[in-house]
Amino acid sequence: MSPADRPTPVAPPRSATGATGRTTHLSAEIVERARSLIALYPEPRSALIPLCHLAQEQDGWLRPEAMADIAELVGVTPAEVYGTATFYDMLHTEPVGTYLVSVCTNIACLLDGAAELLEHAEESLGVNVGATTADGVITLEEAECLADCDRAPCVQVNHRYVGAQTPESFDRLVADLRAGTRSDEIPSHGTLIRVRRTTGLQADRRQVADERAATAEAQARRAAEAESAGGGS
Amino acid sequence: MAVTEAPRIITSRIGFDDSHTLERYLATGGYEGLRKALSMTPEAVAHEVDEASLLGRGGAGFPAGRKWAMLRKAPVTYLVVNGDESEPATFKDHLLVERDPHQLVEGVLIAAYALQVSQVFIFLRGEFALGLERVQSALNDAYAHGAVGADIFGSGFSVDVVVHPGAGAYICGEETALLESLEGKRGFPRIKPPFFPAAIGLYGDPTVVNNVETMSNLPWIVRNGGAAFAALGGGRSTGTRLFALAGHVNNPGVYEIEMVKTTFADLIHAPVLGGGIPHGRELKAFIPGGVSAPWFGPDQVDLPLGQDEVAAAGSMLGSGSVVVMDDHTCAVRASWRITKFFSRESCGQCTPCREGSGWLERIMERIETGQGREEDLDLLLDACDNIAPGLTWPPQQTTICVLGPSIPSSIGSAIQMFRDEFLVHIKEGGCPYD
Repeated sequence: MSPADRPTPVAPPRSATGATGRTTHLSAEIVERARSLIALYPEPRSALIPLCHLAQEQDGWLRPEAMADIAELVGVTPAEVYGTATFYDMLHTEPVGTYLVSVCTNIACLLDGAAELLEHAEESLGVNVGATTADGVITLEEAECLADCDRAPCVQVNHRYVGAQTPESFDRLVADLRAGTRSDEIPSHGTLIRVRRTTGLQADRRQVADERAATAEAQARRAAEAESAGGGS
Repeated sequence: MAVTEAPRIITSRIGFDDSHTLERYLATGGYEGLRKALSMTPEAVAHEVDEASLLGRGGAGFPAGRKWAMLRKAPVTYLVVNGDESEPATFKDHLLVERDPHQLVEGVLIAAYALQVSQVFIFLRGEFALGLERVQSALNDAYAHGAVGADIFGSGFSVDVVVHPGAGAYICGEETALLESLEGKRGFPRIKPPFFPAAIGLYGDPTVVNNVETMSNLPWIVRNGGAAFAALGGGRSTGTRLFALAGHVNNPGVYEIEMVKTTFADLIHAPVLGGGIPHGRELKAFIPGGVSAPWFGPDQVDLPLGQDEVAAAGSMLGSGSVVVMDDHTCAVRASWRITKFFSRESCGQCTPCREGSGWLERIMERIETGQGREEDLDLLLDACDNIAPGLTWPPQQTTICVLGPSIPSSIGSAIQMFRDEFLVHIKEGGCPYD
């Protein structure tokens, strides 16, 4: 086939399904919050990961039905949502316990006994890394650096820092989680950001466009002035 | 050398319990830098940053002013702030977003004005749950205060700032991977050139990406002038910088230190800084700038904390993280853990990184667990050579991003500095430190 015979490649439409916005699984409240997140971005797909966090807030993990809803909301296929989600450690496509306990074993924590702590955690919880306790309360995870290295070995519960842990303090932490005494400070898995964005923060897009045009004009004028003043050097 | 009495440029507020609130921020000079910037032309603000010679604080150390200059020729569309702090043992941005979020917001607004950008995204790693809440609260308060949104402080300049949560991937600290992630995709670094997203950034539009710490310096620079910042430090390393000190020291933590005037020995041993090594032990080795950096030994402890000085000695200041290992540390185990990290975080696009990291990790594991063979040392170096030919520093690039060529650093250092230790593991069939 000569190059001329080849069919002209046609770029696939930006969204394979189109953002129909039809949802079946996510609650009305979550969908409303999802739509306001989508509105923050120039392209709907940018909200994909924030929407995955929202879905985890509802279900504790990313259910296939939730991924299908997210796909409809941002205008991609469910496979694209799944393909993106599986790249990221914090997005769970399998069920997770109420509390995700992340033990960092990276270099700074390793030097301060993290490997021993993780071994203790496996024994005392009776699960291997990656598994959830039989009561469904705790999922144990071996984490990479969580950026809290002056409190090593570092542990997070549902991504809230709980400070350096010893085997003894770890057992107390687990007992507290099971007793529900820290539920105010540590929401159940999936709830990441409890502070909502204040409405009205968005700048008026038309005003922004006008200002930008005026600025570009002023910038060009100043540049031209500088050029003539500086002898064009 | 001694610890100098430099002004606290970005940690002046963190001693207060309420350092994250608007009230405290306003009571301590908050948003004055922004008001001053808005009274200047955007070019004049950018000029101050140029004068300051502020080197980017993310890891690569590229001058922020020059990064901006690439864009001033074309109108910039987006400013993206990189808060995906994930380089192991780096925890300075963690401190800044939780303890002084308004300072970050003000810095971002100053940068947005200088670049005439009306849309900013602050990308924070998802594991910063509290940091995400603090920055969002700060933005909400700043909006109510008139500092964000339409016509800020009556200047006629409008800007919107969106906080974007990441979802856990080291590679998203690489700026092109971060942009992919911000577009809702897998965090795959983009092929270079272009080497900077200045030309082709977010959605293909011109974009500036700057680190959280870089942005947090701007309010002080605008208030006090770029020259005042440049007067601190020495050579190309101007101003102060945050150093995250971790590992075997009595006082691990984040310290603001005047560049070049202080040495690694000061940082590790000075009573007001690291406070020395616990249990009366000796220094075995230290990593000067994140786990991508080659290690240093006790001989290099008197090097100053300066970007060029550390580079000349064969490593890098990188992300400003210093990890101290005492003489009871197993070099094989430490290097194995670092290799395991890279293997886990490799995005998988490039063969040398994806395959090489896995091979290296398995060989390191078998040496540490007593299954090693004598030829493994050559095998390790050979595999490293396939990822970064010649094992030079800075490394040769065989992959799309710098993650791959960073993998050999710890293994190369460990073998070079502690070859005997590897041989003992192999001969005795186990770790002598167990």
